[in-house]
Amino acid sequence: MTQAEPKPRVAVVTFPGSNDDHDAALALEWLGAEAVSVWHADRELPDVDAVVLPGGFSYGDYLRAGALARFAPVMESVKGLAANGGLVLGICNGFQVLCEAGLLPGVLRPNHSLSFVCRDVPLTVERADTPFTARCTHGQRLTIPVKHGEGCFFADAELLAELEASGQVVLRYEGESPNGSVAGIAGVVNAEGNVMGLMPHPEHAIDPLTGSTDGALVLGSLVDAARRATAEPATV
Amino acid sequence: MRATVLVRPKPGILDPQGEAVLGSLQQLGFAVDAARVGRVLDLELRDGDSTQARAELERMCEQLLANPLIESYEIELVEEA
Repeated sequence: MTQAEPKPRVAVVTFPGSNDDHDAALALEWLGAEAVSVWHADRELPDVDAVVLPGGFSYGDYLRAGALARFAPVMESVKGLAANGGLVLGICNGFQVLCEAGLLPGVLRPNHSLSFVCRDVPLTVERADTPFTARCTHGQRLTIPVKHGEGCFFADAELLAELEASGQVVLRYEGESPNGSVAGIAGVVNAEGNVMGLMPHPEHAIDPLTGSTDGALVLGSLVDAARRATAEPATV
Repeated sequence: MRATVLVRPKPGILDPQGEAVLGSLQQLGFAVDAARVGRVLDLELRDGDSTQARAELERMCEQLLANPLIESYEIELVEEA
């Protein structure tokens, strides 16, 4: 018997109003990581290789979705980890938090339809060379569910041109976007490539019992990258 | 000192709430051509002079009350007699 490889440790932050933290942790565990639960009021992150900000309705979406969670004590450590090249993935509300915190460009606004959308959506992988999509291929079509009322990604013309030119659009809705996002953007990465946000929920698409398992490609990529980070700790 | 902050969707930004309100107003028979929905915040400030208060309010807007990517804001200071 060979000795089992150490599992990469991935923190999942729970804000008041998060509701996909357990699913995210379960999905990460399924994919071979050790999910470490972190409370929003913790100032320090435990020793982890990556952080996931899960979906939900932190602080009741008061003021603007994600606007209040960015001031949670744990966010200072998340920012510090991101600044040192650590991996951060924001899913749905986590994406909104990362935008409001300035860790990702743009902002998420109420859906054009003003209706909550909850369904599987087809996505196109625009970048397969990020730590979050390395298990995908360029142009691959993924099916992953969305469930949000405020998923309309907005960037003004100047910022949008910048994002397109620098290849920061990682996932795009195929066909009509479910929320009115500019350029059909479903997921973006920061300029450094270590922070990503997406509106679809990969943690809800890992088990054939519930349909698509394409979410495992996204979270599995993150687990792979976190494993590499464990093997070669970033020099800080 | 009291202050009122008005936060509005910037011109050119599609405002789905405003569109929905406009549709309903028109359905009720009102002659309305446009509606935009923003937010009003009434604040009570502890003290300080009005110049200082205005500077503080600017910072509040930039840091939290408005998202400068999509929203503009107006600050109104009410000095008590």
